[in-house]
Amino acid sequence: MADIDQSRIRNFCIIAHIDHGKSTLADRIIEKTGLLTSREMQAQVLDNMELERERGITIKAQTVRIIYQAKDGNEYIFNLIDTPGHVDFNYEVSRSLAACDGAILVVDAAQGIEAQTLANVYLALDHDLDVFPVINKIDLPSAEPERVKNEIEDVIGIEAQDAPLISAKNGIGIEEVLEAVVHKVPAPQGSPDAPLKALIFDSVYDSYKGVIVFCRIKEGRVCKGTSIKMMATGATAEVVEVGYFGAGQFIPCEELSAGMVGYLTASIKNVKDTAVGDTVTDLDNPCAEPLPGYKKVNSMVYCGMYPADGAKYPDLRDALEKLKLNDASLNYEPETSIALGFGFRCGFLGLLHLEIIQERLEREYNLDLVTTAPSVIYRVYKTNGDMIELTNPSNLPDPSEIDYMEEPVVSAEIMVTTEFIGPIMQLCQERRGRYISTEYIEATRALLKYELPLNEIIYDFFDALKSRSRGYASFDYELKGYEQSSLVKLDILINHDEVDALSFIVHADSAYERGRKMCEKLKDEIPRHLFEIPIQAAVGGKIIARETVKAMRKDVLAKCYGGDITRKKKLLEKQKEGKKRMRQVGNVEIPQSAFMSVLKLDDK
Amino acid sequence: MRDLSIYIHIPFCVRKCLYCDFLSYAASAAEMKSYVNLLLRQIKAESVFYRDHRVVSVFLGGGTPSLLPAEEVGGILRAVRENYRMADEVETTIECNPGTAAAEKLKDYITYGINRLSIGLQSTKNEELARIGRIHNYETFLNTYQAAREAGFTNINIDLMAALPGQSIASYRESLERVTALLPEHISAYSLILEEGTPLYDRREQYHFPTEEEDRNMYQMTKEYLGEKGYQRYEISNYAREGFACRHNQVYWQRGDYVGFGLGAASMVRDVRWSMPESMGAYQDYVEGMPVRVDNLSYRHFPGAYVLTIQEQMEEFMFLGLRMMCGVDCRTFDDKFGQEMEAVYGPVIAQMMSQGLIQKEGGRIKLTDRGIDVSNYVMAEFLFE
Repeated sequence: MADIDQSRIRNFCIIAHIDHGKSTLADRIIEKTGLLTSREMQAQVLDNMELERERGITIKAQTVRIIYQAKDGNEYIFNLIDTPGHVDFNYEVSRSLAACDGAILVVDAAQGIEAQTLANVYLALDHDLDVFPVINKIDLPSAEPERVKNEIEDVIGIEAQDAPLISAKNGIGIEEVLEAVVHKVPAPQGSPDAPLKALIFDSVYDSYKGVIVFCRIKEGRVCKGTSIKMMATGATAEVVEVGYFGAGQFIPCEELSAGMVGYLTASIKNVKDTAVGDTVTDLDNPCAEPLPGYKKVNSMVYCGMYPADGAKYPDLRDALEKLKLNDASLNYEPETSIALGFGFRCGFLGLLHLEIIQERLEREYNLDLVTTAPSVIYRVYKTNGDMIELTNPSNLPDPSEIDYMEEPVVSAEIMVTTEFIGPIMQLCQERRGRYISTEYIEATRALLKYELPLNEIIYDFFDALKSRSRGYASFDYELKGYEQSSLVKLDILINHDEVDALSFIVHADSAYERGRKMCEKLKDEIPRHLFEIPIQAAVGGKIIARETVKAMRKDVLAKCYGGDITRKKKLLEKQKEGKKRMRQVGNVEIPQSAFMSVLKLDDK
Repeated sequence: MRDLSIYIHIPFCVRKCLYCDFLSYAASAAEMKSYVNLLLRQIKAESVFYRDHRVVSVFLGGGTPSLLPAEEVGGILRAVRENYRMADEVETTIECNPGTAAAEKLKDYITYGINRLSIGLQSTKNEELARIGRIHNYETFLNTYQAAREAGFTNINIDLMAALPGQSIASYRESLERVTALLPEHISAYSLILEEGTPLYDRREQYHFPTEEEDRNMYQMTKEYLGEKGYQRYEISNYAREGFACRHNQVYWQRGDYVGFGLGAASMVRDVRWSMPESMGAYQDYVEGMPVRVDNLSYRHFPGAYVLTIQEQMEEFMFLGLRMMCGVDCRTFDDKFGQEMEAVYGPVIAQMMSQGLIQKEGGRIKLTDRGIDVSNYVMAEFLFE
């Protein structure tokens, strides 16, 4: 085991636009190499979270080691590192890529190159990976492999004529892909005798072993007993176990040496100590400098999370603690809302990350949550010279104390068929986008570049984009920086009481429009009471929009048939239950859904 | 000796109405025949359970019970009489849809001891009837009504519906006028509730339904107009001339003992509730699985028999009782539960009174006019957490 020939190792990943078949191909490769029989295969082995499988996305990087008997008669060790596919997890993607030497680019034979395809390819090329394409879904009637090959060559500039034509779903062409891995992915370099230098590309928490660190050994070796140091966080520990990845299980081994991908455990209690991108070295024989590219991941999107049932606050705290063990990019701190009681302000990488955490809390921890509208981090420069980073709109200082405010802006790339350029440009304009350029990829497709304020895209931009392009637009972005902006806090008053959890920061020019839509939405969400309820939107104490929930005048259940009172009782119970799920503000009961309705204001 | 009311479910219809989500369907003569046989068997077999009861009312509901051949109805009622102790005066009702009961059949009903007829008219406007899929028109109804009077029925209920698709305030008023002009003893008036899963629900986009405002106006008009015409509202959707309130109906609200025979029929006896299976196969299995000759039956015998907790009994006492215009009697509550209503529901009652939704009067608590309008809201308050 100790001496594995580096030339027989291939470390690679699969990159693709969402839905182009990345996980399915991974499954086929695993199946083909006989790691699992197809009977044991559960579709998409690598997506092992229930949620991942359901949504068809990969959230955490997954890795598997497989043995491939190549046509040249040699046995190769493949380390397949499945990367998350969403822009929210860009940094994780980049670290996973850094653990590889090559990448398979999966392109859908019908759809061709999409925005994420480009973003991921560039990311891979940035990491000096050798990228080779495969054309997937060739069995679709709409497949145009020749066109797609040309597109790959024209747009990305990599050789594509001999790209394997495959159908991952139906197991066509998989052998060809495996051979290409042998020949096109370079063998790892790096001396096993140099001081230890290993890249952390992921970690998970195990209640028995502590943090399990996923790493790629770039140089040197590590085994049980090695004292290690994480160079960025400074944490030190003694290795308890090293090993590699079977399908869905950890298989211990003697040693990991340069070129290998595996895991190590060292009774580390906190995932924070093992930041993705950090370099592991030997405490006694450290390497000269860490691997490049480490950065601290910052939350981009914040929202308040509250238990629907106030008594579940401790449960929510415990659940967040547990999730945090596995997800270093989740941040939270306690906060209190007048309307929602005790909860947490949580920070996420992006909206998808937020949704995933929310869903996991609800499913895995059985919590019923109320989330407030997501917010980005605003920089508030005060007249006294202080700057605060604002994550909760209710904490905005009095306008008289504010000199000016800045908001985060992203560089966005939108790939769209030319017929939808008009509507998409209009959308970007509405969202305060700054037009940068249009590049024509081919006659029918273009790449639009825009700079957009982050707060305009965290709500429902993606949905709007899809609906205005009939699903044809794809989208990618990265944070560009902060810019000064004219921002105001929009407050919502229900029956003349301000509801803090409904406040949000908005650009002054869209305050009126947003306020109006909010009021309309809330009017539909808030059930009738015995009295009339005004709903108002206000900026700086000035009412800018108003709706009214009329008083309930009739609520009678007519017939009760043949003495079957169960229906009637159910109806009353539902009514009562519904009431329990509401939040009392003043003497108005607000359903939880109202707090989330602010998320979907685009009605085009 | 306790009073018992009997409900007998006949789940057959010529055709299902578009708004209906009750247990009913079209069936062949043979299917009806075998169903009646099951009913007879259940009625006989379960009678041992009610040896300490006497029957005060019988209600044949559906579906369309009048769809059965007259002699089958006679057979069912004979089985009841032969196996149960009957009170001196038994209110015996059959539901009937216009066009399914000819003069001859109605006369037969009288000879079987049926003394109350409930006719499902719903509207006097033929286009409104057609829209909700009723099989009859107003003229057929008039014939049935006249025939019933001629046959000797002196206690007739007419069902009316408001908030029908395409109905206007004026057309609803006309239905009220036409119906009251016939001088029935009892009128049941309720609003259409669009139930999910019914054909009418699926095609709701095609029709104009009365707005909430119109619905409410119809509802207001109902109580005012019927009041003027001498019909007293004794329950949320039931109106009767003096002395004609339906005894059977009130048993449900006052939580008297009642037993249901037939498919899906609900029972409550001594604070235990159960229901017959809702599928014909399961119902058949139930009946055929019953011992033919038994000396005793226990609740365990009944499917899903559930002993209501004291709290559930209190809830029911309140939310069912409040449907009656006379409300609930505080003393009855205190005696039944050994706790004062005030001690259990004091805060809720105070809150509802302060909102003007209920009132206290002569040791009773009842809904105010405003409380009736929003009765669901009020009743839900009487449920425990």
